Amino acid sequence: MGILQNILEQVINGLRSGSIYALIALGYTMVYGIAKMINFAHGDIIMVGAYALYVGITLLHLPIVAAVLFSIAVCTILGVVIERVAYKPLRSAPPLAVLITAIGVSFLLQSLSLLIFGATPIPQASIVTFEGIKIGGVSISGITIVTLIVTTICMIVLTWFIHKTKMGSAMRAVSEDKGAAELMGIDVNKTISLTFAIGSALAAIAGILYVCQYQSLRPTLGAMPGIKAFVAAVLGGIGSVPGAMLGGVILGLIESLSKAYISTELSDAIVFGILVLVLLVKPSGLLGKIRKEKV
Amino acid sequence: MKKMKKIVALGLAATLTVASITGCGNKSGADANTFVIGGIGPLTGDAASYGISVKQGAEIAVKEINDAGGVKVGDKSIKLELKFEDDQAAPDKAVTAYNSLMDNGMNALLGCVTTGSCLSVVDLAKEDGILMITPSGSAADITKNDNVFRLCFTDPLQGETMAAHMITDLGYKKVAVIYKNSDEYSTGVYEAFAAKVEELGGTITTAEAFADGEDFNTQLTSIKGTDAEAIFAPIYYTDAAHIVTQAADLSITLPFFGSDGWDGILDTVTDKSTAEGATFLSPFFSGDPTAADFVAKYQEEYDATPDQFAADGYDVVYVFKAALEKAASTDSEALISSMTQISVDGLTGTGISFTAAGEPQKGAKFLTIKDGAYAAAE
Repeated sequence: MGILQNILEQVINGLRSGSIYALIALGYTMVYGIAKMINFAHGDIIMVGAYALYVGITLLHLPIVAAVLFSIAVCTILGVVIERVAYKPLRSAPPLAVLITAIGVSFLLQSLSLLIFGATPIPQASIVTFEGIKIGGVSISGITIVTLIVTTICMIVLTWFIHKTKMGSAMRAVSEDKGAAELMGIDVNKTISLTFAIGSALAAIAGILYVCQYQSLRPTLGAMPGIKAFVAAVLGGIGSVPGAMLGGVILGLIESLSKAYISTELSDAIVFGILVLVLLVKPSGLLGKIRKEKV
Repeated sequence: MKKMKKIVALGLAATLTVASITGCGNKSGADANTFVIGGIGPLTGDAASYGISVKQGAEIAVKEINDAGGVKVGDKSIKLELKFEDDQAAPDKAVTAYNSLMDNGMNALLGCVTTGSCLSVVDLAKEDGILMITPSGSAADITKNDNVFRLCFTDPLQGETMAAHMITDLGYKKVAVIYKNSDEYSTGVYEAFAAKVEELGGTITTAEAFADGEDFNTQLTSIKGTDAEAIFAPIYYTDAAHIVTQAADLSITLPFFGSDGWDGILDTVTDKSTAEGATFLSPFFSGDPTAADFVAKYQEEYDATPDQFAADGYDVVYVFKAALEKAASTDSEALISSMTQISVDGLTGTGISFTAAGEPQKGAKFLTIKDGAYAAAE
């Protein structure tokens, strides 16, 4: 096989993991944009989504479509409930308190799944069964195609939703200025709930794609993708929706190419090194806006 | 209300005191006619399959021996007792498990199951002077102390055996390697393998390392870009399952070869056909006629087919028995010095003997995955 095909395949690998990072990063960035908090439990929602799929298919024997919807519904409800129970009472508390609470929720979710499902990894077959394709010597697996299509659709729908619908406008307004939005008659609580619901639904989709890719479930499976996606969100400019998409894809590409052509041991160092560089040059991230402190 | 609190506190204190007294009681109260074998291995977590197998294999051996009247030590016969602690394959938890077993009167240690855990307790076992036999910890350093022996092959020996098999027996010239560089077992096998391959005139086209995680697409794509004829992966079965699954996704058709860590892969992969044709080192094959009795008992007891780890656990208990009989004493020092004088016919080899350096002497076997099941390799 030629070097060119090999590079192309590595780029596709990077795009696939990058698009999953982007999907998760959207959850971080939307919540940050609106609630001004880093939801560190977001990575564990992915884990819940993955386990919910397993419960739906293997334990409840649901058809695939129903199991996918079940997984998304579980995560959406969970996201809204977490916001209501854990974050809403702290809305006027110092940011540090909210951050610690988010970390607490993250551990709670991990420990719960450890108690329920145990620490031994559970095998779960992929729900994507069709064969990959081969174009000009470059083979692309079925799951890669599905991942790229699903993530692209999610991003298009989300962009349309934010810019073309009333609810989307409300979200943008709350993110711009919560007080003013409230004065204009926007239901801030409802908007924040909606944001958590959308972010968690996207995390569920990421969890499902994750299971299809790796076919194994662990209570800590959300931790690493969660951290990477958080980096992607910061890289792209936290609070910015296109920034999260761009950040995710860039992160995936850098990771894959540096693993392939520089060093597997150094790839994480390179990823985080680039983050540091970008933040030094442009502290608000690639597409982030600099917020002026109002007096 | 205050009074109530005081009463509760008093009650708690009393319970604690009683608990600590009974704790001490257990320690000194070990029956003189019972020999306590402590076991340490992962019963939960990523490597759980190894520990559970070792424990169950050892339990069968202990039951067999006790049912037959126990072990004849000098002029009296004593019973064996197995106490097994979970370490989740984590070195720090192994130390906790070791201390708790010592508190519970352990006479000899069957363990640890994984290399990292073994290394974390070898010096403790040396201090206590007890006989330690690891069924499956394969790093060279584990047996550096005189009181430690091992039943399985060392990492370097596995690497060399596999290199000879692939290059000399099967005639491969170009081999790609994927190994875990954060793991001593994997690195140890890989380094010896690479040296031997070179010595035998083969080439390593690429050696792809990984540290952690479950994504191997990059490494596999890189291997795909070389002209390798086979892939050698000295890793544990969880990683191996990810690798064969992702290799199938990337339409890689090269044959896989593995170390003994591959045993257990068929229960982890979701699609058994992805592991088809893989060959790995294993000292035990459940389809072997000599193992039929053990396999039947194991199936009856645990409703599962025993793997090499179960056989390792089983054999170690019989090694303890042989050492006890030879030493005619339960004294640790006598047991340790009798280890080099015994020869045990076990499931993982006939006439297994031990060198003073703590290494076993027995032949190697290969297993291959055929039609979704383990089979003896040609």
